[in-house]
Amino acid sequence: MTAFLTIIILLFIAVAIWQMVKIFDLAQVSSTTIPGVATDKDNTFNGYMMIGFLIFIYAITIASFWYLGDLPLMSNAASEHGPGLDNLMIISMVIIFIVQTITQFLLHYFAFKYKGEKGKKALFYADNNTLEAIWTIIPVIVLAGLIIYGLFTWSSIMNVDESDDPMIVELYAQQFNWKARYAGEDNVLGLSNVRLIDNDRANILGLDESDPNAQDDIITTELHLVVGRPVLFKMRSQDVLHSAYMPHFRAQMNCVPGMITQFGFTPTITTAEMRQNPDIIEKVANINKIRVENSEAIEERGQEVRYEFDYLLLCNKICGKSHYNMQMKIIVETQEEYDAWIKEQKTFKNSLIN
Amino acid sequence: MSAHADTHAHDDDHVHHHKETFVTKYIFSQDHKMIAKQYLITGTIMGIIGVMMSLMMRMQIAWPEEPNALFEALLGKWAPGGVMDADIYLALVTIHGTIMVFFVLTAGLSGTFSNLLIPLQIGARDMASGFLNMVSYWLFFLSSVIMVLSFFVEAGPAAAGWTIYPPLSALPMAQGGSGAGMTLWLVSMAIFIASSLLGSLNYIVTVINLRTKGMSMTRLPLTIWAFFVTAIIGVISFPVLLSAALLLIMDRSFGTSFFLSDIFIQGEVLHYQGGSPVLFEHLFWFLGHPEVYIVLLPALGITSEIIATNSRKPIFGYRAMVASILAIAFLSTIVWGHHMFISGMNPFLGSVFTFTTLLIAIPSAVKAFNYITTLWKGNLQLNPAMLFSIGLVSTFITGGLTGIILGDSALDINVHDTYFVVAHFHLVMGISALYGMFAGIYHWFPKMFGRMLNKNLGYIHFWVTAICAYGVFFPMHFIGMAGLPRRYYTNSNFPLFDDTHDANVIISMFAIVGGIFQLVFIYNFAHSIFYGKKTVQNPWRSNTLEWTAPIKHLHGNWEGEIPHVHRWAYDYSKPGHDDDFVPQHIPLKEGEEELQH
Repeated sequence: MTAFLTIIILLFIAVAIWQMVKIFDLAQVSSTTIPGVATDKDNTFNGYMMIGFLIFIYAITIASFWYLGDLPLMSNAASEHGPGLDNLMIISMVIIFIVQTITQFLLHYFAFKYKGEKGKKALFYADNNTLEAIWTIIPVIVLAGLIIYGLFTWSSIMNVDESDDPMIVELYAQQFNWKARYAGEDNVLGLSNVRLIDNDRANILGLDESDPNAQDDIITTELHLVVGRPVLFKMRSQDVLHSAYMPHFRAQMNCVPGMITQFGFTPTITTAEMRQNPDIIEKVANINKIRVENSEAIEERGQEVRYEFDYLLLCNKICGKSHYNMQMKIIVETQEEYDAWIKEQKTFKNSLIN
Repeated sequence: MSAHADTHAHDDDHVHHHKETFVTKYIFSQDHKMIAKQYLITGTIMGIIGVMMSLMMRMQIAWPEEPNALFEALLGKWAPGGVMDADIYLALVTIHGTIMVFFVLTAGLSGTFSNLLIPLQIGARDMASGFLNMVSYWLFFLSSVIMVLSFFVEAGPAAAGWTIYPPLSALPMAQGGSGAGMTLWLVSMAIFIASSLLGSLNYIVTVINLRTKGMSMTRLPLTIWAFFVTAIIGVISFPVLLSAALLLIMDRSFGTSFFLSDIFIQGEVLHYQGGSPVLFEHLFWFLGHPEVYIVLLPALGITSEIIATNSRKPIFGYRAMVASILAIAFLSTIVWGHHMFISGMNPFLGSVFTFTTLLIAIPSAVKAFNYITTLWKGNLQLNPAMLFSIGLVSTFITGGLTGIILGDSALDINVHDTYFVVAHFHLVMGISALYGMFAGIYHWFPKMFGRMLNKNLGYIHFWVTAICAYGVFFPMHFIGMAGLPRRYYTNSNFPLFDDTHDANVIISMFAIVGGIFQLVFIYNFAHSIFYGKKTVQNPWRSNTLEWTAPIKHLHGNWEGEIPHVHRWAYDYSKPGHDDDFVPQHIPLKEGEEELQH
């Protein structure tokens, strides 16, 4: 309703402005100028507006940094490759902001400085090879640096070193939830295909029941990872495209029906440690303040008002009606905690209904 | 081709005693100027629909729980009690994207200005084939009607995102919109592509063959270069999308498995085997990325022309501008993989595409710097068209710079499919191209309708739009960097993102104000067609040939002989001339040298 009222009010404002312009037009009787073409007065007005607009651009930049610039997801990376990637991001951002600040200044300042006047003549200046060479070569050098840095980072993230003995975990996506499958003591995932799914027997991921490797596999609805231990995700989807997005770990990969994709990383900070991080404490406190203010609506939804930090896995590829609520909690813990947890989970062999 | 030129010369006399009926003049017209107006008006109507959809999405994001009377009024059964359905949100996302990219910024922009300006600026009586041109428009009209009608099918319109990745788009059981709605989407797009190809072929042939005497390629205005190269990109890449659409139709209706394999959905195993959705992504983006430049290059061409004219200065670095258009066109066909870094494609390919993608920044930077240098020491006439052109350069820079992050495969891992992407492409291609379109409309309105748009309304339109565009898309980058995924119906299931909600509300407010102020333009446009002040022949004191044609439209463009061209299009403020412009058809003075370019 508020939105609707706002629109009505804005509509009235628009009508008012239109009326004012009408009056302005009627008052402006001039026979010397062509109607619709800017006069010196227009040029002066718009020239000053250009400077105003430049200030607006800078102001909105500063405001965005002020209110939204803490970006906890761009700092405090919780994976081994994360800080390197954040570093590249920061370097790129610094370059972008330098270029942005200078070029926007030149553009708007020139638009103000050289605003038209009757009788003035512009400089006939059509070409300058030196200048053009300079602004071709500078981007070439900067980009070459960024490309090289980027490619090294990319290949170090994407090339999984199997000799580290990573823990193998399958991420399994379906409309609209996630499952994780641990490879068990042998650390080898059993063979699987969606054609083997048998819901009556609780073979929900389509594992090959005759494959010995599959017997000790463990299917869970929460993702537990061991701090400091490399993990290699093998990803599957049973129906449509999904994307496994783990922003805190700077990790993302699509899940594609009919093929297995992979992504590996090493978590470096446990959930408990992350909750003690001052940045995260501040962020959580801020969120809780907002949530308390809106507690009625939140309780109506059946959610808990108090928020506690957890790592998350989100679906980040449009996948249908409930795409906006396809998530799984990730818990990073010590080896002992993990061992205790995994022991409580049922192996595939024992979870089948015969 | 001389035969062609001859027939056109004959046309000329027989136009005068050949009476046109209402139908041949306004409906099935073969005159490029009328077809341009038809494209413009259809594109504008589609634009209004597309913008309305985006406003509904923004309201949904900002106030997800509040019943909204507007939703109920506009969406009917999809918003019972004013609460939007989650499926229809995705449908709005999909159709908004499709309409804006294809129907407004491809057909509306390129269709309007290529048709209007190619014959007029190169000095031709009409397009090479007026008939094909007419067919092209009517196919576009038909596809627009089908796309809009898809909103009225039982299970809703296509809702798989404008990229319509299968299997979501292929399986009716995966999503309501993947039934009849998706069929209509595919049919509409197939017709649209046919229309676009007919148009593009016509543009290419016309530019190559029908230039007037003296109009060498190096004397072409940059608008024509942009339209010409755009048409070439279209002819190269649109057929690939057509093939993808046809294969998808096969998968959907005839049981083939091009894009599908091993699917278990709603309790049953489907028969598909051996296909790959990644193949579809390749085919889609082989058009999808060049499409960005199909949208953007005409806007840049229009801007080049308007900035030079209104700076009263030659465009700086004509050769470099042409070279960068060609470089962008070439590179645009080998960068599509940057949409697929995390699609499961081989990481080595990701490296290759990172390299080619970041290369595009070089010609883009050259263009931006050349625009800025053109302003330097000019005598800037800050008309509405000029304001929109300067606005384009501003958003092109702001939006383009973040491409350095998204084009870098390593960084893309973390911001892929977040609002960072939404902010990036809306600024660099959406807003920039829209500004180009507005600039073109303000500049060539007198050519199209013989009347002027109201400049004061133009100033209001520009300044409010400019502020709102930044207000919407600048903070959006930061929400994206906080990790918020796009295409979420509501973010209320993620307390993690609660602290971005205030920003989302502010963004929505800017969007609503910006959207409403487009009414100023619509009013100005509709009113001025009939009641605008009468124009003079060359109101902007411009050099290009279209302003030598009479204000009243003739089928054949010029009475008598077509003017010959003696110089390039950018002799503004040339020393040795009294006026600050020397139109292209004015012969060189004795002893005057043409600029070497």
